[in-house]
Amino acid sequence: MKTILSVLAGLFGFGLIKAPLEQRLASAEHNSGFSVAAMNLGVREQLGQEGFVAALSGFRAVVADVLFIQAHVAWENTEWSRVLLLFRQATTLQPHALLFWDMAAWHMGWNASVAALKDPNQPRTALRVKAQREYLALAKDFLERGIQNNPNKPQLYESLARLYKEKYNDHRRAAENFAKAAAQPGAPSYDKRFAAYELSYCEGREREAYDELRRLYDMGPKERLPTLISRLKVLEEKLNIPPGDRIQDH
Amino acid sequence: MKVFYFLLLFGLILIGGSVFLARFSFQQEFQILKDVSLGAMSIFTSLLAIVATARLIPQDIEDRTIYSILAKPVPRFEYVIGRLIGVILLLAITLVVMTVLFVVVLYAREQAVLHETARQMNSAPVEQLQQALQSVRTSGLTSNLIPAIAVIYLRTCILAALTLFISTFATTNIFTIGVMVFIYFIGHLQGTAREYWLHEHGADWAIRLFLAFVALVFPDLQAFNLVDQVVTGAAIQMALFLKIAGMAVLYITVYTALAVVAFSGKEL
Repeated sequence: MKTILSVLAGLFGFGLIKAPLEQRLASAEHNSGFSVAAMNLGVREQLGQEGFVAALSGFRAVVADVLFIQAHVAWENTEWSRVLLLFRQATTLQPHALLFWDMAAWHMGWNASVAALKDPNQPRTALRVKAQREYLALAKDFLERGIQNNPNKPQLYESLARLYKEKYNDHRRAAENFAKAAAQPGAPSYDKRFAAYELSYCEGREREAYDELRRLYDMGPKERLPTLISRLKVLEEKLNIPPGDRIQDH
Repeated sequence: MKVFYFLLLFGLILIGGSVFLARFSFQQEFQILKDVSLGAMSIFTSLLAIVATARLIPQDIEDRTIYSILAKPVPRFEYVIGRLIGVILLLAITLVVMTVLFVVVLYAREQAVLHETARQMNSAPVEQLQQALQSVRTSGLTSNLIPAIAVIYLRTCILAALTLFISTFATTNIFTIGVMVFIYFIGHLQGTAREYWLHEHGADWAIRLFLAFVALVFPDLQAFNLVDQVVTGAAIQMALFLKIAGMAVLYITVYTALAVVAFSGKEL
């Protein structure tokens, strides 16, 4: 009896010491970017009982991968609603996996939206276009939520910029997002060029785009790529840049 | 021999997985390969820690080995600590073998992808080729994985110490393993219970009492579950790793001390 009481006292005494230490460790992990995604009833309904239990027991990454593979199979079978559902689950479980956000947006924006526009079962063009826009909005939503969860990673800003450029034909927003990507740590060198290219298509912002492209051009031969030179020449014409200030022919 | 089966299964998962995953892009393939391998390492070493430790004391009692050991001038605390050290070493060897297998498979896949990328981009500008190769390297084998594997090891050591503590007063292996499975699940939710207990003052007193019980009695195993984020690119800084290691040492020391106290009072 004495032993049992000693052990219980030790266990609860240790509990009182460890609770604040655990709390401090959890804060340190949170501050270092190791926060865990919330597990609530919504996720429970999405995952099913087995998936939810697996996620609770520390295997959320593996569960998310299984969902990702299922989404891949659903994509091969062109089951778009299922692709959407599975990617929502995977991104909820692993909000820091850029790949899931990016792939979800790509499937919605480039595959499902095109399939909706060419849907042979829908004779009305207006409804096909509406469905396409809904899928594009879903792609945008995935990328925006991905950015909220990973604000310091350039990849999702790039994907959002490409979505604006290629699907919405919105060069202003594309330029903004390429510029945001370029400002993130570890961004590839082409992001700042792409931001300037997109800006060069925006009505009324030609001067700003010209200054940026010229600045890049003046940085040296490494930046003098064919697209940069051709956009600079277009802007030189448009802005009536004096011949002496124009770049030389390449 | 049983450890060998765990390793064999791990190897099969790893190699089978890498063959199956070759149909995905290299980022997808590497991420899933790392998730599955680290998840398998985590589950296998946790299972091994629980199952191998649960049978130590009951087995010695059943075989009557314990009487011949304790008949010699071996204090009970030395017996308990010696048993735990044996399991901790076994877990270390198992995890090292798994890590080597994992590194070999991931390295081989990374080299294959690098070779393929270099071949495909043969005529591309050097800068683009370098960026593409760098992208493959950052998705593949990185040094960030080593502290993540070390944290898995710390968690299994905690589980071993806790299992040893439970087995000092348990009457059967099954009871110890059953209790440990519950502790494993509750341990991953302990952080949520603790958060709620410490910060949610408006809750019913019975709920708060229950949450306090969970927070005080169970270890926070979720604090040792960082591999998910490491696979997605996060790095465990040295300061954070030392805090985690310090917490693990505290858990192991206290649970071992409690096991010693419980075992010292046990009638054999």
